[in-house]
Amino acid sequence: MMQSLSTGDTEEFLHQHDHKEMLRFLVCGSVDDGKSTLIGRLLLDSNAISSDIIDAVTRDSLRHGTTGGKIDPALITDGLKAEREQGITIDVAYRYFSTAKRKFIIADAPGHEQYTRNMVTGASTANLAVILIDARNGVVEQTKRHSFIASLLGIRHVVVAVNKMDLVDFSQEVFESIKNDYNDFAARLAIHDLQFIPISALNGDNVVNQSENISWYKGGTLMHALEATQISADRNLIDLRFPVQYVNRPNSDYRGYCGTIVSGVVRRGDDVVVFPSGKTTRVKSIDADYGQIDEAFSPKSVTLTLEDNIDVSRGDMIMHPNNVGNFGSKFEAMVVWMDEEPLKSREEYIFKQTARSVSGRIDTVRYAMDINTLRRQDATQLEFNKIGRCAISLTEPIVFDSYEHNRATGSFIIIDRITNATVGAGMILERKLEKSSGNRSFWNWIVSSFRGRS
Amino acid sequence: MPYRISHLKQLESESIHIFREVAASFQNPVLLYSIGKDSAVLLHLARKAFHPANPPFPLMHIDTTFKFKEMIEFRDKYVRDELGLEIIVYTNKEGIDQGINPFSHGSRVYTDIMKTKALRKALDQHGFDAVIGGARRDEEASRAKERVFSFRDKNHRWDPKNQRPELWNIYNCRLNKGESLRIFPLSNWTELDVWQYIHKENIPVVPLYFAADRLVVERGGTLIMVDDERFPLEKGEEPQIKKVRFRTLGCYPLSGAVESNASDILGVIAELVSSDFSERKDRLIDSDQPSSMEEKKREGYF
Repeated sequence: MMQSLSTGDTEEFLHQHDHKEMLRFLVCGSVDDGKSTLIGRLLLDSNAISSDIIDAVTRDSLRHGTTGGKIDPALITDGLKAEREQGITIDVAYRYFSTAKRKFIIADAPGHEQYTRNMVTGASTANLAVILIDARNGVVEQTKRHSFIASLLGIRHVVVAVNKMDLVDFSQEVFESIKNDYNDFAARLAIHDLQFIPISALNGDNVVNQSENISWYKGGTLMHALEATQISADRNLIDLRFPVQYVNRPNSDYRGYCGTIVSGVVRRGDDVVVFPSGKTTRVKSIDADYGQIDEAFSPKSVTLTLEDNIDVSRGDMIMHPNNVGNFGSKFEAMVVWMDEEPLKSREEYIFKQTARSVSGRIDTVRYAMDINTLRRQDATQLEFNKIGRCAISLTEPIVFDSYEHNRATGSFIIIDRITNATVGAGMILERKLEKSSGNRSFWNWIVSSFRGRS
Repeated sequence: MPYRISHLKQLESESIHIFREVAASFQNPVLLYSIGKDSAVLLHLARKAFHPANPPFPLMHIDTTFKFKEMIEFRDKYVRDELGLEIIVYTNKEGIDQGINPFSHGSRVYTDIMKTKALRKALDQHGFDAVIGGARRDEEASRAKERVFSFRDKNHRWDPKNQRPELWNIYNCRLNKGESLRIFPLSNWTELDVWQYIHKENIPVVPLYFAADRLVVERGGTLIMVDDERFPLEKGEEPQIKKVRFRTLGCYPLSGAVESNASDILGVIAELVSSDFSERKDRLIDSDQPSSMEEKKREGYF
């Protein structure tokens, strides 16, 4: 018979759990850096592993004998070895655990092959990245590659975990020198919040429990960083962007526009403008959870009804009239190429951004990025796993923001027209307004003239 | 703090986004409804996503004829009669004619014919291009790396080596003729999330999840419920009444019961929080051959 909590304890637990935030993080590093060990250690020390699995892993640890009879946390993570033995593919895997403070989703993108593609996938939804460095090796090429991708994908919080401190006698000097090296190189990247933690994943130092071996370190543990890093401020709650995903029309009396508020806040009665038509109206109701609410904010999925009967369809964007995104068919973006067939300039692809799929092409590859050296290279095309800056033109205009400003309206995927494979992904770059482009200024003019009307 | 969002509300919002993307992007979607707790949450989210309309796609249940009686009753009384939703019930007639059953054919053959093949035939017959299911990534290793929008070729096969990259929440819904996608809106939910959400939203579930006196036999260390007269007792087996419940529901001969006093949702959550066993351990089909789930998924199993 299983042990149970009392009803009162359960209610307390539920109440606490009800107010938990979710944090998605990516762990970057190779098996050699102790990535599997670290993830296993996090799961183990936060009691996320059931006893039947711990028993099995303890037996395996004894059998493999690499940890002198102690439990090997790496075996918890994936049975990665087992996966390899059975020929099961290695890909981005997602793992879940929670503590009293947060629910966590770990994106675990292993392997050296196709690394960019896997890591970019994992990074695209992450709030935070843990970058593992082997204390014996310091900052290596791979560290730079991981850090670049994390910053490219807009991850604002990076924790550099200097691992295997036990193998360098928990030396403060070693740690400080790695920190300096990293800071030198990271100055070129857009990382808003950077922390360094000396750890030993194998023994658990500073992972969940504070290390007694590293007394000179006065900062928090890795778990503390995961639980305490402020992420709610990362959301864009200023610019309302509501891409219409689906039009709900059960009868002639109801016409609801379904979508996710990808940024900003919307209130009942707000003046709104719908692109591309440029028509303005007001929010009549915000429908959600089988009822109506007065206000909703990102990232909630809601249904909006509007005061005026204007034509709105999937792919349209609802915004506040005094705060609209760029509207145009040309932009520049950092593109990650993820297909074995190289990107072809001037070939037609499908670009999917928010709820819109539009035909278009890559006019020019400006340069490719050598992600190991962070140097620009001349390029006319992008091969598998390459990243480069491209000029793109679509056959129809879309509403967009720079990725830096708005992850949801600044990102897109590229789809091959014949195979339908997802061949690339892009992040739109901030662009100075050109006088002749007519993009933003033209629409601001239209919107202000509509506003003047009412 | 203003504008906070709890993890459950965030998961809910992400799932609703997925449902709407499916409804807008496919010709002929279907929700694979298996009557269990995950399906209950799935259905609740689908209803929320399209309220005040009903979900713009039918439900489909692959009935192996060996489901618990209480499951079928729940399906017909609650989903069909009370909610008034369209539900297609499909059974592999060929398997029935051949007398395929989990007792004499073993779980592997039985599952292959009555579930995997049945599903493929049902999908072919109806020509569904998007099949929504309730699988979660925390259930099992091969699911952990499967996409939310998971591509299937003309033969319904999953190729784990050739998955479409999936970034942000921009899903690639494009297909060529005959191809399809399996869609998993609960990918990022854990078992605990599912129960908490059921509790918070008052979602009805099959009573088999709650402890009650039930007739069971112990076989190979697992408690199996004797749900009807088709259950062949082996020599020396004596069915006995025990207070048990189920953590996962499927075909009764393949679902292990656990002894428990948890007679309501709070009890179930209390057990789960202090529980010592991983969920699918009580499910017999996952362990009948090494890496069996990945094999089954390649063949078209959910």
